[in-house]
Amino acid sequence: MITKRVALGVLTLILLSLLIFLSVEALPGDLAQEILGQQATPEAVAAIRRDLGLDLPPHTRYVNWLGGMLQGDFGKSLALKRPIIDLIAPRLQNTLFLTLYTACIAVPLAILLGMMASLFRNSYFDRISNATALSAISMPEFFVGYILIYFLALSGYFPSMANITPSTPLFEKLYACFLPALTLTLVVTAHMMRMTRAAIINILALPYIEMAHLKGVRPSRIIFRHALPNALAPIVNVVALNMAYLITGVVIVEIVFVFPGLGQLMVDGVRFRDVPVVQASSLVFASAYVGLNLLADIISTATNPRLMRRK
Amino acid sequence: MEEPRNPINDISTEISDKENQIKAEKLQAGFLAGNVSRRGFMTGAVALGATLAGASTIVEQALAATPKAGGRLKIGITGGSTSDTLDPGQILDAFNINVLMGQTRGNMTRIRPDGQIEGDLCESFEASNGAKTWKFNVRQGVEFHNGKSMTSEDVVDSIRHHMGEDSTSAAKGIVAGIKSIKADGKYGVVMELNEGNADITMALSDYHLNICPSNGDGSIDWQSGVGAGAYVLEEYDPGVRAFTTKNPNFYNADTEAWFDEVETIGVIDPTARMSALSTGAIDCINNVPPKTAGRLGKMMNVKTLISTGNKQITLPMHCDKEPFTDPNVRNAVKHIVNRQDWLDKVLYGYGELGNDNPIGPANIYRATTEELPQREYDPELAKSLLKKAGHDGLSIKFHAADTGFAGAVDAGSLMAESAKAAGINIEVVREPNDGYWSNVWTKKAFSACYWSGRPTEDWIFSLIYASDAKWNDTNWKNSGFDKLMLEARAETDQAKRRAMYVEMQQILHTDGGLCLPLFQSEIMGYRTSIGVPEQVGNDWELDGHRCALRWWKA
Repeated sequence: MITKRVALGVLTLILLSLLIFLSVEALPGDLAQEILGQQATPEAVAAIRRDLGLDLPPHTRYVNWLGGMLQGDFGKSLALKRPIIDLIAPRLQNTLFLTLYTACIAVPLAILLGMMASLFRNSYFDRISNATALSAISMPEFFVGYILIYFLALSGYFPSMANITPSTPLFEKLYACFLPALTLTLVVTAHMMRMTRAAIINILALPYIEMAHLKGVRPSRIIFRHALPNALAPIVNVVALNMAYLITGVVIVEIVFVFPGLGQLMVDGVRFRDVPVVQASSLVFASAYVGLNLLADIISTATNPRLMRRK
Repeated sequence: MEEPRNPINDISTEISDKENQIKAEKLQAGFLAGNVSRRGFMTGAVALGATLAGASTIVEQALAATPKAGGRLKIGITGGSTSDTLDPGQILDAFNINVLMGQTRGNMTRIRPDGQIEGDLCESFEASNGAKTWKFNVRQGVEFHNGKSMTSEDVVDSIRHHMGEDSTSAAKGIVAGIKSIKADGKYGVVMELNEGNADITMALSDYHLNICPSNGDGSIDWQSGVGAGAYVLEEYDPGVRAFTTKNPNFYNADTEAWFDEVETIGVIDPTARMSALSTGAIDCINNVPPKTAGRLGKMMNVKTLISTGNKQITLPMHCDKEPFTDPNVRNAVKHIVNRQDWLDKVLYGYGELGNDNPIGPANIYRATTEELPQREYDPELAKSLLKKAGHDGLSIKFHAADTGFAGAVDAGSLMAESAKAAGINIEVVREPNDGYWSNVWTKKAFSACYWSGRPTEDWIFSLIYASDAKWNDTNWKNSGFDKLMLEARAETDQAKRRAMYVEMQQILHTDGGLCLPLFQSEIMGYRTSIGVPEQVGNDWELDGHRCALRWWKA
């Protein structure tokens, strides 16, 4: 069953790459025109196209790219003439670092808040934490970022720029990336927290929980021992979804905090119609989605006794 | 509109005695020139009757105003992109101009802060044969960062990199006038031009035409980032960050290049740039939005730097398309733009009025207001011009996007309002930013555009306004103008040259398809911990992109 899921995942990625290729083709202008901008003359544009093979028909370029891709060759960036893997690797590392950093803060926080909220349902704690999380998610990311900069960076507590390099020591990296990680935490916590709360409340209404109550089990034990394992499937799924979002959707936070992540690379790729870079970064993004969803399914199957026993 | 950057008090104002005042002035002049020591100045000034506090203030101010070596400059700059390369032919925007031209490499020539040209890696040059043949003397004893000695071969190959059929360089048009370039011995370069051009030395200071080491086979090594400039490129992450360290062998190391290290950081977001500047994470920034420039100036430890050069907002009208075939219609349109209103509302006052003439504050032969009166908003005159052209009212479309210039769509709406009084109905068409230059600017009859301007009259005229110009964005053809351009190009008599250029500006002003409502100031910000000279270049932002060379850590 897992093999089938992986095969479907690969097929999805190939279809996606075709879709991305066609969308970039459909954009007005090409790399030669975008690089030369206002200074484009017909001769210079033609020279660049010849140089990069942009004068070949689109299907030839796509097949060439796919052929290389299947052999594990990401190809070269058209604009930089450098192997894309060298370009993506450090950026991906940064993005994964920020994702992990955010996850370490946001996931425990969200699940804890969600459980507490379900435990003290309709109390002031429940309402305040819900209202705060919802307000945070309602504000656009860049606005949350600016607010944090205003209060925490201008007063000198944290740096406003997270322009880390591969040689930055770990502790300094954590310090420099604190504000972007906090911004993202504020953005993703609400979703995970509310899903945790809803899933647990859902389970609490089931007869076996009532049975536990009647037996006289303590409320906290009911939640941690009986409700949570059965509520894990939807929680894991929503956590996976949010992790995927952190990998793929943080370009605005990258720009606000001058963070050299993968999002900015892809946006520049699109701006200059550097198709191989766009293809490669979108494949990384799509793989993150497919992979994390797969992982979520496996975890929810593994943690659910009923699903495990069915096979 | 700005105060002097490094004001120094006058010690003599503290002294009442007339005779001692003169002595004190001399003492201060001697101290500022470096002939009198700090101690000598302090004791001398106090002996002449000045207060100790007054004297030490001047010492502090003088220290801030005198360049000193050391420290790291952190530049937060726009225009960086992950697809940037080190290829000089594809230098695209501020980030790379600053790092490659301003820090690591040099050119044959360069523009001084006062707008005049001087030799850079070529020490001197002379013209002969009616400015058709140029002889350049390559600076001797200059070493590239990898230890290779620079010779005429490096210079020749660096220029040839942009020439020829297969060149992918964006500077192809700039070197198009060069017929041949040859080495003449180890330190001589001879350039033959297609026609006389007294300004070729200016053109050679263009930010693409960097000198890179030759590979010996006619090609140049741009991939390594090695140059002969003031700073050595240590790390380069395209569009993100560049890190350079001082080149101890730089030919001008005694009078320039004060920093030990320079870090250039690409910061796209204006708010991120401003907050990083105010927290001290970076020392200077470019591209401050006019909207927030006033607030930046009020921040602690931060100053704004404003320079008005030739950066210009233009509204090209295609003279070969209806209704702009008639010069009366073109002039009517030029009269319906309320320039002062644009300056106040689009640029928040940071700029100056344009007069439908691309020759601006950074040019030498700009026509005075006596020679070329300022064109004003005059709907009545526009109406009568239209009548002369046989139109009773007019409907035109104005195509705009922020790529054209920031605020173009809003400016278009202002124009549509002010045009109503002249019976002209303007429809503002918002175009996508993507592909603007390829699909809108050259195709639509009336659109929004900007030019960063060029340092010489001939350059911008032959680039845009000559009949056969590569970027003739108004499709304007005027044989009288073309003839004057060729004559002026080879003319070496300053007065005659000036007269010709003024006449050309008048022709363009009254007949051309160019509406140039505004020159736009560059607004920059820097920390007070950075010393900035009294005169900064206005050829490009950040002191002609040579801030790493000319500024210092105070």
